[in-house]
Amino acid sequence: MTIVMHWQDWLALFAQYLMLSLLSISGAITTVPDMHRFLVSDHRWLTDAQFSSSVAIAQAAPGPNVLFVALMGWNVGLNAGGGIGAGLQAWLLGLLGLAITMVGIMLPSTTLTYFATRWGHRNRTRRGVRAFKQGMAPIVIGLLVATGWVLAGGNHAGNAPAWHLWLLSGVATFIVWRTRIHLLWLLGAGALLGALGFV
Amino acid sequence: MDLASTPAPAATDRPRPQSPRDLFVSCTWLALQGFGGVLAIVQREMVEKKRWLTPDEFLEDWAVAQVLPGPNVINLALMIGDRHFGLRGAIAAVAGMLTVPLAVILVLAVLYAHYAGNPQVAGALRGMGAVAGGLIAATGIKLIPQLRRHPLGFATCLVLVAVVFAAIAFARIPLGWVLLVVGGVACTWTWRKIAP
Repeated sequence: MTIVMHWQDWLALFAQYLMLSLLSISGAITTVPDMHRFLVSDHRWLTDAQFSSSVAIAQAAPGPNVLFVALMGWNVGLNAGGGIGAGLQAWLLGLLGLAITMVGIMLPSTTLTYFATRWGHRNRTRRGVRAFKQGMAPIVIGLLVATGWVLAGGNHAGNAPAWHLWLLSGVATFIVWRTRIHLLWLLGAGALLGALGFV
Repeated sequence: MDLASTPAPAATDRPRPQSPRDLFVSCTWLALQGFGGVLAIVQREMVEKKRWLTPDEFLEDWAVAQVLPGPNVINLALMIGDRHFGLRGAIAAVAGMLTVPLAVILVLAVLYAHYAGNPQVAGALRGMGAVAGGLIAATGIKLIPQLRRHPLGFATCLVLVAVVFAAIAFARIPLGWVLLVVGGVACTWTWRKIAP
């Protein structure tokens, strides 16, 4: 897919990600539906397949999930440069797109967090700050378990029965909870079982 | 009082990062272990192994990182870095979380363009996704004992955990509403309980 990007388009892309940064409460993943609307439906800078593979690769790769944003920018740049086969120009535009989306998604939220947490730390003995931190503790735990649940059940697409996936997630939960085995062994075992067709 | 026989360590004796470079390297190493999200690894490395955070601090910091906009683990890294070395530490920690993983993910994206159709590759990604879900759930389960000393009482906390879990996992209520309503109730209730 080849697209044309003028400098106003790059600017619009940057502005969109600056705005989404401030809306990404509890993680960039919650803004994925809006990114899809902007990049795929409205501007047609990415195909559907490019969009979903950006998210899927970032989920499977090491590192913070927010890196899917980098891949979206990278793919927009590649498209603007005539595709990955077009050589140096496409790679450079890919890097430009990556820089624009990553700086856009990171800058406002990290600046806000930096100043807000400094304020919170200076006022940590205030009753309101203590009530907020302690009151959120059970909410956070519920969210963690729910995120694990959604991730575990969300990727069923193979030929094996769905309960295989749940079993694998359940066993992984139990092992991490009760032992101190290195997490990479578990991920490796999951990859092996998946490659062999168990899940 | 015999100081030599007092085992209780002062706050300053706690393990802490040696330098911004230490933060950068630790965060890089952390991020590279985090398939499908880094949070489970943060808890394992920073709380259980390095002990830069107590479980209570982890829970509180994570709540703040969660409620502010932006990726949670990035916010968490920023807070830990800032606490020890100010702005330099914050930049070092965030850069550590992002730089090397970004390079890795670009290589993977280029490779993926070649092997996207391979069923073994797709299966391996699925298997790792299932394990990653288990890692995150276990991170939450391991924090439950911390609620025993909560001002609202252990039983009330467990009910709140269950409500949030059901609202997100089953009812699929948007997160903003869950935070606002259940979080708001929990914070207000706690605020009343800890009245001086």
